[in-house]
Amino acid sequence: MVDKSKKEIITYMPENLQEALKILDKDEVIILAGGTDLMVRRKSPSGLIPRFDKNTLFINNIKELKNIYKDDNYLNIGAGCTLSQISNNDIIPDYIKTVISDFASLGIRNAATMVGNICNASPAGDTLPLLYALDAKVLIKSLKKEKLVSIKDFITGPGRHILNKNEMVAEIKLPLEEFNKFYYKKVGTRKATAISKLSFVGIARVKDNIVEDIRIAFGAVAPTVVKSDIIERDIIGKSFKEIDSIKAHIIEEYCKFINPIDDQRSNKKYRKKVSINLLVDFFKHLSY
Amino acid sequence: MNKKIKFNLNGEETTLEVNPLRRLLDLLREDLKLISPKEGCGQGECGACSVILNGNLVNSCCIPVGNIEGAKVITIEGLIGTKEFNILKESFDEAGAVQCGFCTPGMIIASYALLTKNSKPNEDEIRSALSGNLCRCTGYDKIIDAVKIAVKKGENIW
Repeated sequence: MVDKSKKEIITYMPENLQEALKILDKDEVIILAGGTDLMVRRKSPSGLIPRFDKNTLFINNIKELKNIYKDDNYLNIGAGCTLSQISNNDIIPDYIKTVISDFASLGIRNAATMVGNICNASPAGDTLPLLYALDAKVLIKSLKKEKLVSIKDFITGPGRHILNKNEMVAEIKLPLEEFNKFYYKKVGTRKATAISKLSFVGIARVKDNIVEDIRIAFGAVAPTVVKSDIIERDIIGKSFKEIDSIKAHIIEEYCKFINPIDDQRSNKKYRKKVSINLLVDFFKHLSY
Repeated sequence: MNKKIKFNLNGEETTLEVNPLRRLLDLLREDLKLISPKEGCGQGECGACSVILNGNLVNSCCIPVGNIEGAKVITIEGLIGTKEFNILKESFDEAGAVQCGFCTPGMIIASYALLTKNSKPNEDEIRSALSGNLCRCTGYDKIIDAVKIAVKKGENIW
């Protein structure tokens, strides 16, 4: 029996960005980069074509999207860059490599892209807490416009973001800043291929016992990554001693934002408890 | 809708009319009858479908055929007969690294991908390189031993 409601899906495989933007301008599409998430989420029984319900735009053949470079203000990563490509690049700081090394498995990292991880906008996305901590900017392009937005304004909820139908993310831009403290923990059931129960990133710049800058981000404990500029501003400029004296208050403030769920991977109580333990441990590490 | 996809498969230039959304795993196993990649989980967690894409290990169940345009794909079938494959085969035999055998093609491919990039991996590097490949029989130690043997046997080859 022929299912008449099933329309034939068109696949576009442009070789440059301009061509891709033209397609986006005309047609409503699913954008596919590495495919590691879409191919699984849209999986059909073995042997059958995965269920893509819209025309699909492949961006893997676009060379312009595979660049990693520094300019005066940013470290730029193209939307076509795989996590392995990012990790193997000499200009990428070690703390980014550390986070990537915990992402899925080597086979997935060799195909999956960082921008794909952002656009999936999973509360448990492995690169997201780091990108929030670094205040990464997302470069959005359409045929006629481009705009730069902070990742915290780009992701609006689980699986949701502000991208319009005629837009795509072309690049992720990481502000060039100096940090001398980095603390990261992904809590999962296995070392490889685990979806995190929760994750934590703490980065800081410390000089003469004073915290000059600090960024704290929690993953998988709320609909989007938890990061508070207000709490961070409370900590900045303080000595370790002063931070220690307001620690209880800081924890209390973060607890207001940490609202995890119970699911098959973990539960609320554990997620909250471990998140706070990691925060306390990060504060200890600041003075090392 | 089918598209013409050109790629290099086990050293041979290949052009096929295929739906770009088809999984590379299905293209290999069903259309081309290359059955060394196995479907275990079908969601990128077990590594049984591992193949090499442009020199890198990937899970063929997660790769749409559209993403192999212009690429080089290697499966076990393309390695058979090479010195490297023989070393891996002998090493897996010697270490007792094969029981039911379902994970073995993926393990061999992952080991090959590791050794062609790093000819003298330490144990941590071996474990990390194979961490995306599940085995339910051996308990892994024998597979790790096999790769260590392959490092020695292939000293001037990798």
